[in-house]
Amino acid sequence: MKNFSGKVLFLDRSDINTDEIIPARYLVENTKEALKPYLLEDINLEGFDCKKDIKGKSIIITRENFGCGSSREHAPWALEVNGINLVIAQGFARIFKRNMFNCGMMAVELSPEIINMILSVFSKRETTIETRFDKGSFILKSGDVRESVKFEISEFDRALVSAGGWLEYADSRY
Amino acid sequence: MGKTIAEKIFESHIVDNPCDDIYVIRLDAVFCHEITTPIAINDLIVRGKDRVFDASKVKAVIDHVTPAKDSKTAAQGKILREWTRRHNIKDFFDIGRNGVCHAIFPEKGFVRPGFTIIMGDSHTCTYGAFGAFAAGVGTTDLEVGILKGVCALRYPETIRINITGKKPEGVFAKDIILSVIGLLGVNGATDRVIEFSGPIVESMSMDARMTICNMAVEAGATFGICAPDMTTVKYLWDFIRDEHKTKDKALEAFGRFASDPDASYADIIEHDISSLGPVATFGYRPDNIKPVREMEDTKIDQVYIGSCTNGRIEDLRIAAEVLRGNRISDSLRGIVSPATSEIYRQALDEGLISVFLDAGFCVTNPTCGACLGMSNGILAEGEACASTTNRNFNGRMGKGGMVHLMSPATAAATAIAGHITNSKLYNGR
Repeated sequence: MKNFSGKVLFLDRSDINTDEIIPARYLVENTKEALKPYLLEDINLEGFDCKKDIKGKSIIITRENFGCGSSREHAPWALEVNGINLVIAQGFARIFKRNMFNCGMMAVELSPEIINMILSVFSKRETTIETRFDKGSFILKSGDVRESVKFEISEFDRALVSAGGWLEYADSRY
Repeated sequence: MGKTIAEKIFESHIVDNPCDDIYVIRLDAVFCHEITTPIAINDLIVRGKDRVFDASKVKAVIDHVTPAKDSKTAAQGKILREWTRRHNIKDFFDIGRNGVCHAIFPEKGFVRPGFTIIMGDSHTCTYGAFGAFAAGVGTTDLEVGILKGVCALRYPETIRINITGKKPEGVFAKDIILSVIGLLGVNGATDRVIEFSGPIVESMSMDARMTICNMAVEAGATFGICAPDMTTVKYLWDFIRDEHKTKDKALEAFGRFASDPDASYADIIEHDISSLGPVATFGYRPDNIKPVREMEDTKIDQVYIGSCTNGRIEDLRIAAEVLRGNRISDSLRGIVSPATSEIYRQALDEGLISVFLDAGFCVTNPTCGACLGMSNGILAEGEACASTTNRNFNGRMGKGGMVHLMSPATAAATAIAGHITNSKLYNGR
């Protein structure tokens, strides 16, 4: 199973699309590793610098409809090769979410209230999350501030994360 | 209780229900192109599983960057080409015989009512125009599809949109689907199917139905779907005549892919288009739409007519009708890309290519290139494109470029004027 704990990158905007996550001009690459320098290169988000802000982060927290647009699995791969295996959002586009779990990564939805709370309390501070996969909870920590948040993913998605992805799962069954 | 079309197709293809509302379904076809498939092929090779579940059900095309623009895109084409030879995949379309995937696969008769289809491309949702269950997927889903002929999907919920009223002259399928996306928002149909119904849809050609289903994903939908009818039968007739004695018999057979009157929907929306005028997008989201008349001041640097949304013969006819006898403005450049080699030939036979050339357009070979900023019409920073494509995301057609989505009629009129404007085909205000 992949690592789902670490430092958080906050992207406080809705509808961040796959062209922003990894622009189409990089889809000519035939390895995942080659995508590493280009993650979020075209994102339209004030104050965000992809050259500085991604380094060392393991988790993204964002708002609604993350990953809309293209079906490109290059989007999760670009995250993965940068050490980000978990995206927490108010909502995801269908294909992006499938791609995440298919890769054994996690796309976890939380309610608008919880996302608002997290963004207002933590987004300006250096924050880490400890993910307790078995218990279905995230422990958010920033200095003395600490919050525990419950999450739910489907039994199927849980099985994919444990198996390491859909190919591993499917190959043993069908 | 009754079922929707999507539910009927889905249920007839279930092979497993591993948990929750996730079902594994059998696939009737897996389509491939050279951008998302080569990584799947390479991964299968590394895993020692370089196999194909059924070579007759796998179709492939090189369409995104064709001809190859550099060594990397040449390598992508090579991987796909060699793979189709290795596995005896006969339905492979290389340059000279190729076309934009979502135009060429229907044209070849590969999309049939009741089929389940996946492809590593989000606009796979187009195929619902034929009453097919068609989902865009990522590379891992594609890989499993190629290897096993199955895909895991949630049980489909459907939003039904009844499109009614009297369609004003000069308003086209593109205006209608943009208005629907404006209504639903970019995530208004996430993880759901949009069933397009009502008299306007029934009177639409297959080309127009493909245009509306093509953009279902821009509202987050898994795909758009239209019930197959005589229009569908006539479009497919050359491919299905051996299976059905007459067109009426074919229609009868396809009748099983219609929603029951008591089917249950997540939502039913009535959309009267009697007062709809031509629309265009103004921002970085496909639901940022405005009437064209409110965008008259928008200067344009490039007009692009083509893509899986609006590169079919009807689209080219409409654009040519607007352009005939006119020259495009000196302040911009125009590019038209017929979506398949067959459409290109037909446009040539009908004299449409001459109209485009006389107007000052560049006519390119069929390719997806410009739509996603990969080749054949990339914008420079600060430039704006009036485009018949489907996405206006920030940087979509080139870093720092702005894309205004619109119909082929509006794009052609814009090319003549030099700024966004309504076509002469529209008489309203």
